[in-house]
Amino acid sequence: MSRYLLGRIGQALLVLWGAYSITYLILYLLPGDPLSIMLSAAGMEIDAMSPADIAKAKAYYGLDRGLLEQYLHLLWGVLHGDLGQSLTLARPVTAVLAERLPTTLALAGSAIVLSLFGGVGLAYVAAYVRWQPLKVALARLPALGFSVPVFWMGLLLIQVFAFTLGWFPATGSDGIESLVLPAVTLAIPSAAVYAQVLQRGFAGVWREPYIVTAFAKGLSRGQVQARHALRNAALPLLTLVGLQVGNTVSGAVLVETIFARNGVGRLVQEAVLRQDIPLVLAVVAVSAAAFVLVNLVVDLLYPVLDPRIAHTAKVP
Amino acid sequence: MNPPLIDVRNLNVTYRAGGQATHAVRELSLSVAQGQTLAIVGESGSGKTTLASALFGLLPSNAQVSAGELLIAGQNLTHASERTWRAVRGRTLALVPQDPMVSLNPTQRIGRQVAESLAQAHGRRYPGVHADVLELLAEVGLDSPALRARQYPHELSGGMRQRVLIAIALAGNPRAIVADEPTSALDVTVQRRILDHLEQRVQARGISLVIITHDLGVAADRADRVLVMKAGEAVEYGAPAQVLATPAHPYTRQLLAAAPAFAETAPPPVAPTAAAGSVPLLALDGISKAYRVPAVQGSASHFQALQALSLQAWAGQTLAIVGESGSGKSTALRLALGLEKPDQGRVRFAGQDVTDLSWSQFRPLRERMQLVQQNPFAALDPRFTVFQSVVEPLVSFKRLKGAALAQAAQRLMEQVQLPASYLDRLPRELSGGQRQRVAIARALALQPQLLLLDEPVSALDVSVQGQILALLAQLQAELGLAYVLVSHDLAVVRSLAHQVLVLRQGQVVEYGAAGQVLGQPHSAYTRELLGAIPGQRAAARNGEQLLERPAPMAALRRAQ
Repeated sequence: MSRYLLGRIGQALLVLWGAYSITYLILYLLPGDPLSIMLSAAGMEIDAMSPADIAKAKAYYGLDRGLLEQYLHLLWGVLHGDLGQSLTLARPVTAVLAERLPTTLALAGSAIVLSLFGGVGLAYVAAYVRWQPLKVALARLPALGFSVPVFWMGLLLIQVFAFTLGWFPATGSDGIESLVLPAVTLAIPSAAVYAQVLQRGFAGVWREPYIVTAFAKGLSRGQVQARHALRNAALPLLTLVGLQVGNTVSGAVLVETIFARNGVGRLVQEAVLRQDIPLVLAVVAVSAAAFVLVNLVVDLLYPVLDPRIAHTAKVP
Repeated sequence: MNPPLIDVRNLNVTYRAGGQATHAVRELSLSVAQGQTLAIVGESGSGKTTLASALFGLLPSNAQVSAGELLIAGQNLTHASERTWRAVRGRTLALVPQDPMVSLNPTQRIGRQVAESLAQAHGRRYPGVHADVLELLAEVGLDSPALRARQYPHELSGGMRQRVLIAIALAGNPRAIVADEPTSALDVTVQRRILDHLEQRVQARGISLVIITHDLGVAADRADRVLVMKAGEAVEYGAPAQVLATPAHPYTRQLLAAAPAFAETAPPPVAPTAAAGSVPLLALDGISKAYRVPAVQGSASHFQALQALSLQAWAGQTLAIVGESGSGKSTALRLALGLEKPDQGRVRFAGQDVTDLSWSQFRPLRERMQLVQQNPFAALDPRFTVFQSVVEPLVSFKRLKGAALAQAAQRLMEQVQLPASYLDRLPRELSGGQRQRVAIARALALQPQLLLLDEPVSALDVSVQGQILALLAQLQAELGLAYVLVSHDLAVVRSLAHQVLVLRQGQVVEYGAAGQVLGQPHSAYTRELLGAIPGQRAAARNGEQLLERPAPMAALRRAQ
């Protein structure tokens, strides 16, 4: 088990390194002169500078060194917790992240929790209901949930709950109230996916012979569903939760823009627009780390939920 | 006199699908008194499982009791509410389901699943639950009940799981147990032990038993009354001695003729003796194979799947490998096919040593040896038409194209006695027996010399088993094929094998001519296997009458 864990952590580190390196390569090797991009990001025009100034700027950004050397220098910095300087904000990237990350974590965290409760709850009720019209209506709901675009859903919620009813603030990032609408907006697509997959799971599990065994014991429908169907139907959900976290990160970019929240999502949007390369690199690294971490947790949870999966070799 | 415990009067069950009504059970009447055993015999599709569901009020939502009455313990339950049914299930009537491998919740510990049934009968949270669980597990013959209660279903063998399911059925202290094909998924010796045990528990507690089976032998051995079902109707109902000795309905006679256990031990046609100096088609010499198992303290780190196995298969003859699950039968097949390499020993095909051949060196040999697998429901690609399945080997070895391919497919269908019009069908439109014929046709496509048959009929109904075995015998006679037949069913082996090899835990117990091994077995283990074939008790009771019965092949040829 501990050997398995070490292996998985090793894998996770490899994925992180890969994500960082590929992003670096893309950003630095794409057509275009990194120096002019960086200078214009910092508000200067390369054409207006003398060759001496350009050489100075090159040295300042470390561009006078070879590609590999630059890369190793950057990586060395990352290993020591130094993500470099932001070009546009003129502050250390770590400081910017430390300021923005909590807002986004709160948003993403509450969205994940909300989507799990919403999605599982919807599928559970849909599986329990026996009145056919309601069952069909509930079963169709997820399709609606992920076909409605996030930005439109956000605007709709603002219109109804902020402007008409006045229950929650439309924008901003202070306090719990401002978290509700963005979290709901972000949760809806994920919840729809969870509900869809869990409904399929229930449909499959209801046909399993052990469900007949449970009914033959004299259990009620509710008891059979809670004790025997749910856990078996929910197994595919676990993999999905791991994957959806990635979507939550990209969803946060949209949602934070709509609701004018000061989070990492908006930060990365601005950084990409202004080509603030160190900042983009850092955000990619952080979100890759979050993704890898969640998937590691999911893998470790599997044997807890499904006793048939043990991390040991098997006899064929 | 007390009313019968289960009383079914003129029961009709109808399925509705797409505006069409299918009558799964028609005008069926039966009664079971307290302490009696009834056997319901029929093939798949005869409505016996629908009848069992109706007895528990667990018919699917598109099926309903359209006429007749259903009384359990004097209570009319024909149109009972779910609440009334719940009081009956588990406490008056308990179920032992068909396939133990999938009938326990895989994510719950054994103890909890048994306790749930106990709590259902004695009320929630009653104090002695834990002790009662252990007592029940001990009662159904499980060793170390405390350990078993903490394990999950996948950690138990099929036989052990079936015992757990019997414990669950007994937990509610029911007045009758309905066992739906309780052992058809198990090895023959395990089958016998489970049925013996169930019978014994039922007798000790004085409860009634309804056994649903496709095996007339099982029914004849254990029942007070036998009900034979065909297409939803009861065609025969009476005491087993009477049903077996003087079957009134032609269908019962057909079933009897097909049941391998009731067949007179007709030896397969004498095989052409191998010409002097010829070599066996397949030979394994002193094969050993071990698998590494996860190291657990106090247990071996290797599992010896096979030890010093030697065998020869000759053209035109059948070698049967007999053994229970875990005896190494499948490993022997995998080694013969070159899918695994032995740790020791040599594998020879037609005199050529193939032990160390690489995958690509082995490939030409695959044209000459083919495999027919156990479960025809899983062995065919569900998205391939029969044509695509049958010609796939010809296509992948680039043998034929276009019109020639279509001709070859038609010739193959002829060989396995299927109409050529089936070539356009999908596997799901075929019955189990028809699918197995398609699988055999696919194996024959490359005109191989050797067929490896892995339990070719164990997933099929008894009467269909007879037909497939007859087809295999006929193909062997026509094409001079060598068969290596792997089976746990000695009745199947007896009808096809020329040589028999008995395996137990990777070791050869007995190897020799079929007549000698099955007629005068040396080892106690072979005798035990032979004794476990169902139908023998009844056969002993009815003695001579059964011996006069024709052999299955002859009976089938007449039936066709």
